[in-house]
Amino acid sequence: MRKLDYAGAIREATTQEMERDSRVFVYGIGVPTWSSIFGTTKGIREKFGEERCFDTPISEDAMTGFGLGAAIRGLRPIHVHIRVDFMILATNQLINMVSNYTYSTGGKLKVPLVVRAVIGRGWGQGAQHSKSLFSNFTHIPGLKVIAPTTPSDMKGMMISAIRDDNPVICFEHRWLYWAEEDVPEESYEIPLGVGRILRPGKDVTVVGLSWMNVEARLAADILAKRGVSVEIVDPRTLAPLDENLIVESVKRTGRCIIADCDWVDSGFSAELSARINEKCFGKLKAPVKRIGFAQTPAPTVRELENEFYPNARTIVHAVEDVLGLEAANLDGEDFFSHERRFRGPF
Amino acid sequence: MSFAREPLPKATAIQLFKSLYLARRSEEYIVKHYPENLMRTPMHMSMGQEFVCVGVCSALEGKADVFASYRSHAAFLAQTHDTDRFFSELYGRTSGTGEGKGGSMHLAAPDQGHILSSGVVATQIPVAVGAAFANRQLKTGRTAVVFFGDGAADAGVFWESINAAALFKLPVIFVCEDNGYAVDTPREARQMSKSLSDVVKPFGADTYEDDSGDVESVYSLAKEAVAKAHRDRRPAFLNIKCCRYLEHVGIGTDWNWGYRDQATVEREWIDRDALKVQRKRLAEHQVSEAAIAAIEDEIDKAIQASVKRASQAPIPTPDRLHAGVFYEKA
Repeated sequence: MRKLDYAGAIREATTQEMERDSRVFVYGIGVPTWSSIFGTTKGIREKFGEERCFDTPISEDAMTGFGLGAAIRGLRPIHVHIRVDFMILATNQLINMVSNYTYSTGGKLKVPLVVRAVIGRGWGQGAQHSKSLFSNFTHIPGLKVIAPTTPSDMKGMMISAIRDDNPVICFEHRWLYWAEEDVPEESYEIPLGVGRILRPGKDVTVVGLSWMNVEARLAADILAKRGVSVEIVDPRTLAPLDENLIVESVKRTGRCIIADCDWVDSGFSAELSARINEKCFGKLKAPVKRIGFAQTPAPTVRELENEFYPNARTIVHAVEDVLGLEAANLDGEDFFSHERRFRGPF
Repeated sequence: MSFAREPLPKATAIQLFKSLYLARRSEEYIVKHYPENLMRTPMHMSMGQEFVCVGVCSALEGKADVFASYRSHAAFLAQTHDTDRFFSELYGRTSGTGEGKGGSMHLAAPDQGHILSSGVVATQIPVAVGAAFANRQLKTGRTAVVFFGDGAADAGVFWESINAAALFKLPVIFVCEDNGYAVDTPREARQMSKSLSDVVKPFGADTYEDDSGDVESVYSLAKEAVAKAHRDRRPAFLNIKCCRYLEHVGIGTDWNWGYRDQATVEREWIDRDALKVQRKRLAEHQVSEAAIAAIEDEIDKAIQASVKRASQAPIPTPDRLHAGVFYEKA
């Protein structure tokens, strides 16, 4: 075993699948260029040629239809969007076409299409480079939606996504690209639709989405020092959802905080909360609590940005709230700061 | 502009007639029986403009991957001649192209080269570009053809698709069924350019215009365009002027809407109806009236038989609602 970062896990999964199956190709704006989508597609063009790794015009709508056409006629495309904000231009195809091609043909046509979308906060990214929009896609029948958090999950789930005969949208938080852990070198699948308990605990369940699992782990370490045991559940796949894993955890702990890196109003956290309330009603010791973006467009200036985005501090206070604990003084704690890793402009 | 430079062989003329007749008579059946309210799906009728799809699909001789709009009937029948699955789908039966889940706007027989028609203007266009890419990579020898109305050329994705097809050197056959209207809004109220072809050409596509209203002209044009597209590795744009005889959606005429004049349409289009012209041509090929009538009778009987089979086929059971949201391996 060797250490591999999240970007490397994507690159390795893509490369291994392209070696295994000549029908797989990867394309999108900036995919084969030097910056190569945070390094996730680095070296692929050199290895597989320009017919299997290519740039596109800034035509997200047409290029999504292109992927659909290639998929239903025998190829297995991976389409990459360097921001989910730009993928909004692809939603006509994703929602009106890609999602219902199998259903409208009475199950005859398969659509083995992976659409990768980079999400997440950067360095003053402002309102148009910072969205997540999970629920815009989990709302649509016929789309699978994944948001792996760890590098090893990412590798196995990306391989599963590429091998899946259905459209899969993969959300990748850009701060995760540099996360490292032991990742097996050989090819392996992690089935879609199966969640994972990232950390067992008994007092409160935190359901984390994508980056928020990193914040949740930090919060859990802080709370452990006060004797509070936090269970962290990572759904990993948002649609179809491993509802049972979440429900069983909440039944055990009786308390649940949903930590999303997206807007709360009509967000994926609302779906999770509804399901937990439906399935755990008699077992809940406190109302389900949701954490997410402030209900405003993302601001650019740092001081407002820090108010806009939830973090480990937000989670600690939410846990204190559901457990009826006094708010702790967190001044001495070491919170994540992106700037130790990265400074602008992109 | 007409492309029938020399008369087509008799066998081809008969094939084109048969295909035109099949599409026309299938829709005439729909017009007659739609009011029974058993085909409960919005119908955008091809009547009048069938010669476009018939000419192009016949020229491809079955080796086409066809993408069509909601005005799908002629495109479907010209490519597949499959009235069984066609009527079954319109009647919402399990034997239909989408076991009743698609309906008139979403006809799909991918095994026969009619991939799927689409109900949102222009959405099918880029899909054809991707299919052309797959055909090239997998060396299938098939040609991606996309039919759309002049209204779709208002949409950005049309231009994105033309550009991408040219950039990627893909022989996509873009066929504009230019009936002049988006519902009842004339092209002049939507597009500044006098000629779409003039705007498309500099994107790197070969462009072809045809206002003959003649299936043999379209057939010859498509043959030439497809051969050149493959030879030169570039897309073709065929702008075929045509006329929709009926209303935008539904089985009625729309002369009372006031946006077009019945007498003018009759003089300019219906009097030289492609089916009528092709029937006359068969006579010129020394096909006897009795032989023509026999061809017609055979097709009419086939339509009746398909309708009968459709009406006897099972209606989907409620459990089929949730089936097929995701692809399941057979």
